[in-house]
Amino acid sequence: MSLVDFMWMSIGALLTLFTFSYLYKDNPFYKFAEHLVVGVSAGYFAVLLYYSSFMPKVIDTVFRPIEWKYFILAFKQIKPEYLLAALKGSQWWYLVPGILGVMMWTRFSRKLSWISRFSLAFYMGIGIGASIPLTLQNYVLKHLTSTIQPVNFTSLTGIWRLLIVILVFCTLVYFFFSREHKGAFGASAKVGIWVLMIAFGAGFGLTVMGRVALLAERVIFLRDYWVELKYFLYMLFKYGMLL
Amino acid sequence: MISKIIFYLSFWFDFNRVNVLVTLLVFFSFLIYFIGRAKKGKSLFIRRIAGLDAIEEAVGRATEMGRPVLYIPGIEDMDNIQTVASMIILGNVAKMAARYETTLIVPICRPFVVPVAEESVQQGYMAAGRPDAYDKNSVRYISDEQFAYTAGVNGIMLRDKPAANLLFGSFFAESLIMAETGFSTGAIQVAGTANIHQLPFFVVACDYTIIGEELYAVSAYLSKEPKLLGTLKGSDLAKLIIMIILILGAILATANVEWFRNLFFVQ
Repeated sequence: MSLVDFMWMSIGALLTLFTFSYLYKDNPFYKFAEHLVVGVSAGYFAVLLYYSSFMPKVIDTVFRPIEWKYFILAFKQIKPEYLLAALKGSQWWYLVPGILGVMMWTRFSRKLSWISRFSLAFYMGIGIGASIPLTLQNYVLKHLTSTIQPVNFTSLTGIWRLLIVILVFCTLVYFFFSREHKGAFGASAKVGIWVLMIAFGAGFGLTVMGRVALLAERVIFLRDYWVELKYFLYMLFKYGMLL
Repeated sequence: MISKIIFYLSFWFDFNRVNVLVTLLVFFSFLIYFIGRAKKGKSLFIRRIAGLDAIEEAVGRATEMGRPVLYIPGIEDMDNIQTVASMIILGNVAKMAARYETTLIVPICRPFVVPVAEESVQQGYMAAGRPDAYDKNSVRYISDEQFAYTAGVNGIMLRDKPAANLLFGSFFAESLIMAETGFSTGAIQVAGTANIHQLPFFVVACDYTIIGEELYAVSAYLSKEPKLLGTLKGSDLAKLIIMIILILGAILATANVEWFRNLFFVQ
């Protein structure tokens, strides 16, 4: 391992220990790690968005391909054909989302801030409009056809299928808001909430196992760092003695 | 001629997904019908949701203790329906906070959510008749990065010591970290999300949990907005039909009738 790699590993190990120090209580080391990650991520995302979005989608597709010679001539001589020639290689329609983005900046002005609502409405409309058919397809129709299966009392599979139909029915009853949960309806809803809790329990166990794996990975990282640190200190001592 | 039209239409229309279109149209017709009824002022019954009183209780407790209320609207952007529902709930929480004269803190993960949250909070303060009490700094942008945002929110929980943490919206791996930190500070916590994988963590670490679709029901219940009430009633009717289809489908499938199930099959 090179010295540079070792230094980066040291920073990683130190920050890991700073973060774990929160297990004792809130302290300046944890605060430092917290502020560092918030600050670095804000800067990182600003640069990332500039290079992954603004540069390739606005500068490279709209402005770079413009024939500026014709563009200037079009305005000097008021000839629309020059404008068309200037914009020939440019994908100028990418300017529309660009303008919508610029409109968001009007929030800095109290008088013009209403303009930003158009961008927001467009963004929300596109997002939600695109997700509705997909949600209906993936979360309703596909689940429905998977649940509808032939049932019977002669095989274990048939009994499981019947149980699934009943439990799905009861869970749907729990999420029915137009009626009070009373009587038989209430009893079905109660079964529904039990089904949900069993599912949550299984989900909790599964995720905790995943988190323990993440902890194990960090502990292994710290162990490896300890080995590297011992080697580094040994080398330092050895060369120090030689000198 | 017709075959030519179908040929050209096939570029724009996926004939394998006609059932999705039909289902959508049926569902939308329910929504339009119930929204129309709600707009006409006809009363639409919605049962009281268990966690609903807990929101006011949490704000009240924060007021008694003289400590702020922390409202976390999740980490998704405004194109997520859960964030939209969360903004509606935020407006009502802001109204309560204004009425009780309690400080409200709203940390935000996505830039697009900031203006909406600001407007929701401002509207809440105006509705409570306290526009002067609105603090522009109550809505704070933290970071776009999931765990940087989590670290920032945890910092607020540890240093500002809010007495009530309200978590409504779309959450992912950060849910347990936030809920556990809130629990360790002794705050009363009410959470709600439709992300089923995160619900277990809220159930174990929060005092009250609003499960799945209840999140949308809460936003409709609190706002009393005809569009939201109508949507909720429409989705209830859709659920009722799904339940009928489920039972009928299972009976028909047992009797070896396959065409009914295939009506809903999507490739």
